[in-house]
Amino acid sequence: MRDLTNEILELVRLTSTNLPPDVEYALRNAVEQEEPGSAARGALETILKNVELSRQNETPICQDTGTPIFYVYHPEGWSTRKLRQQIETAVVKATQLSYLRPNSVDALSGKNSGNNLGDSHFPSIHFEEVEGDALVMQLILKGGGCENVGAQYSLPDSTLGAGRDLAGVRKVVLDAVHKAQGQGCAPGILGVAIGGDRGSSYYASKEVLFRKLDDANPDPQLAALEERLTQEANQLGIGPMGFGGKTTVLGTKITGLHRLPASYFVSVSYMCWAYRRRRMVVRGDEILYE
Amino acid sequence: MREVKIPITDEIVRSLRVGDPVRVSGVIVTGRDAVHKWISDTFIKKIRQPEGDDLEVYQLIRPLLKGSLIYHCGPVVSGLDTGDYRFVAAGPTTSIREEPYQGDVMRHFNLKGVIGKGGMGAKTLKACMEAPGVYLHAIGGAASLIAQTVSRVLGVYKLEFGVPEAMWVIEVQDFPAVVTMDSHGNSLHAQVEAQSKAALEKLLQIQ
Repeated sequence: MRDLTNEILELVRLTSTNLPPDVEYALRNAVEQEEPGSAARGALETILKNVELSRQNETPICQDTGTPIFYVYHPEGWSTRKLRQQIETAVVKATQLSYLRPNSVDALSGKNSGNNLGDSHFPSIHFEEVEGDALVMQLILKGGGCENVGAQYSLPDSTLGAGRDLAGVRKVVLDAVHKAQGQGCAPGILGVAIGGDRGSSYYASKEVLFRKLDDANPDPQLAALEERLTQEANQLGIGPMGFGGKTTVLGTKITGLHRLPASYFVSVSYMCWAYRRRRMVVRGDEILYE
Repeated sequence: MREVKIPITDEIVRSLRVGDPVRVSGVIVTGRDAVHKWISDTFIKKIRQPEGDDLEVYQLIRPLLKGSLIYHCGPVVSGLDTGDYRFVAAGPTTSIREEPYQGDVMRHFNLKGVIGKGGMGAKTLKACMEAPGVYLHAIGGAASLIAQTVSRVLGVYKLEFGVPEAMWVIEVQDFPAVVTMDSHGNSLHAQVEAQSKAALEKLLQIQ
C-alpha cells in the first residue's frame, strides 16, 4: 500500500492556507452588495486581503485551525489502520510547520496534547469503502466559533411554530442563523441535515458542506429551499461579523436522511466564511488536489 | 480612522464611539477561556489558592494590563522549540465565552477594554460604562493579516495552559479594529440583535 503521509500533509497545508476559489468568488461578490464605507464592507475587504496574504505566505487563514475532519472514501484493499497512522503523522508535521495550531485538549483536565493528536476522535476521521479505483480524501478545518453556534432541533418545535415538513425546517434554520448572530464569523455557510438520528444527522450536516457553493441540489424541493433560506437569512440584516449588512450567509446545503417515524431532527452545521475544505484524489500514481 | 495608543487614557476611551474604526499600537496581552477563569477563581473570587508561579505571574501582568487591552486570541506561534517566538496567525476568538468574567477582570486590573469578536453582553457593557472601557471588534478569521501587525512577542505567561490559552505579551502596530461597544452604553451587537429579531419574527409569520 502506498504511503500517503506527504500527500496528506500537502492536503492540510492547502486547506489551512488557501481558501477554495468558489468561496473567494462568493466573498468578492458579497463586497459589492455592501454599502461603500460601511463596517460590513470594511470587514469583507479585510477578509479578502487576508485570504490573499495567507495564500501568498502559506500561513493559516484563521488561527483557529479547528478540528481537522477527514472523510476518506477508499477502494477495496486499503488499510484504514495504516491510513489513520499516515493522517496522524501528517497532522503532527503540519502542527510543527505552523499550518495547524495545537488544538486538541483533554476533555476534563484541558491539557493540550501539543501536536493535535488525542484519543481516537482527534483528529476526526471517517472511512468508507467505495466502488471504483480512486481514493478520495476530503478535509474540512472547522473552528470552534462556528462549531459552537451549530444547532439541532427536534420537530415539531412549538415555540417556533415549526411542524414536521419543509416549512418547519425553514423556520428552525432561520432561528439558528439568528441565534448565531456574528459569533460564527458571518458570512457563514449552512450545512443542514433533515432526519437521521442525532449523531448521523450532525455527521451528514458536515459532510454536505463539501458541495460546491454554486452547485444545485438534485432534489428540486431541496434546491428551492436552499435558495430561499440563503435569501431569507440575508434579510435578517446580521451582516459580516454581525456588523449589520446584507451578507449573512453565502450559501445553504441541505441533505435528507432516512429517520425513525418518531424522530424528525434538523441539524445545522454553521461554517464560518473561512470555509476551509479541500479534496485529494489518488488514482494510481496520480494525485489531484481540488 | 482613530489612532489608539497604549496606555489609553479615560479621556480617549470616552471619545470612542460605536462605529469608529481604530488602529491600536502598543503592548497588549492575549487571554481567553483558561486565563479568565484562572484570574477570576484565584484573584477575584478567591475560590482557589494560588499555586506554582501564580502570584509571581499576577504581579508581572498587573502593570501590563493597567491602561491596556486584553486580546481574546489563541494564536498560531512559531519558534516554540527555540523560544524565538513569532506570531504566524492571530485573529480574535469569540468573546462571549468570557462574559461571566470580563467586567470583573476589567475593574480588577483597570483594563481599558477588550479586543475580540462577536461582541459581549450586558455585564461587560455595564463595566465599559463604569471603568470606562471599550470593546474593539477585530475581523474574525483575518489571522494572517492581523499577525503582521504584531511587531514583537515580548514574552509569554502560563504556557502550561497550552499555546492558544497562554498569555502572550505582544507589541502591536496599527492593529485594525472597529468600536462595537462604547463607554456610553451603546452596543452595535444589541442593536443588530434587536433588528434581526424583528426581521426573524416577520419571516416566521410566513408559512
